Amino acid sequence: MTTTVSESAPGGAARQAAGLPRLLSAIPEDLRGHLARYGATPYRGHGVQTGVLIGDIEASGLTGRGGAAFPVYRKMAVVARARAGRKVVVANGSESEPASRKDELLLRLAPNLVLDGLQLAAEAVGATEAHLYLHYGPTPEILRALAERASRGLDGLNVTITQAPPRFLAGQETALVNRLNGGPALPTFQPPRVSERGLGGAPTLVQNVETLAHLALIARYGPRWFRAAGTDAEPGSMLTTVYQPDGGGSGGSSPPSQQSKCRVVEAEIGAPLRTLLSSGAETQAWLVGGYHGTWLPMPQATGLTLANDTLKRFEASVGAGVLVALPADRCGLTEAARVTGYLAAESAGQCGPCLNGLPRIAAGLAELAGPGHRKQTRADVERWAGLVTGRGACNHPDGTVRFVRSALTVFAPEISLHARGQCSATNRKPFLPLPDGMPTSEDDWT
Amino acid sequence: MAQITTETLRVNPIDCTGHGVCAELLPELISVDEWGYPIVDPRPVPPTLDREARRAVAACPALALKLMRTEAPARSR
Repeated sequence: MTTTVSESAPGGAARQAAGLPRLLSAIPEDLRGHLARYGATPYRGHGVQTGVLIGDIEASGLTGRGGAAFPVYRKMAVVARARAGRKVVVANGSESEPASRKDELLLRLAPNLVLDGLQLAAEAVGATEAHLYLHYGPTPEILRALAERASRGLDGLNVTITQAPPRFLAGQETALVNRLNGGPALPTFQPPRVSERGLGGAPTLVQNVETLAHLALIARYGPRWFRAAGTDAEPGSMLTTVYQPDGGGSGGSSPPSQQSKCRVVEAEIGAPLRTLLSSGAETQAWLVGGYHGTWLPMPQATGLTLANDTLKRFEASVGAGVLVALPADRCGLTEAARVTGYLAAESAGQCGPCLNGLPRIAAGLAELAGPGHRKQTRADVERWAGLVTGRGACNHPDGTVRFVRSALTVFAPEISLHARGQCSATNRKPFLPLPDGMPTSEDDWT
Repeated sequence: MAQITTETLRVNPIDCTGHGVCAELLPELISVDEWGYPIVDPRPVPPTLDREARRAVAACPALALKLMRTEAPARSR
């Protein structure tokens, strides 16, 4: 990655009024630059009521930026309240969604903001242990930040780094805890929640790395500052990873070795999606919320905003901020079938309905995307989708079904074309990114 | 507000092996899908089926079926 969010990113004036970008600097920031830009890490100090920061986080309305948008203060309060000798805080940078690149960029450009957030959250809940869970091994930026902080005695807790296996579910909260416990990164059945009983049975606060970066800024500037961006119901900004046809949009970063161009943009929640994503004739549909997300039809979706409040009408949510404008020259059905095959292969295979249903759904979708299909295939896919919903230990079946059902609706005309042996695509190059090489063994969960 | 304690059947889908004995013992609340895994009625267990529900829980060879206590407001919504 060479550049970051440029000032020419969408919505220029509004972004500046809201103080955006808040999280991303132009180049990787060392500790000196970080402290010059944001000021000292605002520890509350021993003996000060730890609830102060949690109250500020509650007032700020900060929600988790890993996809679930769960209120941050609630998990903090559970861990803070717990009477336990050992308490754990984990910064989750596993970013196991293959289309998401925002955590990777944040950790490269602003590692100190994430580490500030980790230490501040640890202080607020009375944690005795701090962990950083990463998709890629520790980058030079992370190692440098940790070393610089250690040499200045900035951190209350040492940070243990663990690398996540490259699996879609590796970042799921219970899978993360299992991995940190030394086992495979497989989800487990809840309750108990990890905030009650997590790592080694200890109350464990797991927060996405971007969430912790926001927390570090709220600790400095307060909830009112945070609420200057975003909507009343969903305050603040969020990092998005945006994919769209060549030439669409401007600014942002372009990570290397991607099949399609993507850029990471910090956007105000509530921003019109058409300021982030191309919506002209070169675009046939949007995908919002990544591979557990929702396909949205054009032009019906063009008036929507980057907010769960408006997206829920389409049974969609912002998720972890993956936004895709699918070019008109691609086959959406083929794209959806390819991703569904990946999602089926990424089932942990622990729950009967997911183990049995997802491969069948994927095969059905592949058949619909091929030339001609059996008459009952579409109804079969719909039935299997209904059968797996709500029946997994984690939300993988539900998220996969959301993606599949919206594809069946939005690409219905394409299904009819394919039934007659035709396809509207003029470009067969895959657009949605998937990891190189599908998972082949069942034991690479560690 | 007064609370009524009710019980709801829940399957741990990781532990469940699709043995199917639960659906045989309690067809009123449990059916099986086309792969043999139980589909459990999410509503509270009615008092008339309390005994059968306990038998189904006790009979599960995988110990995957549980009765979960849920607090519900006394006033119906």
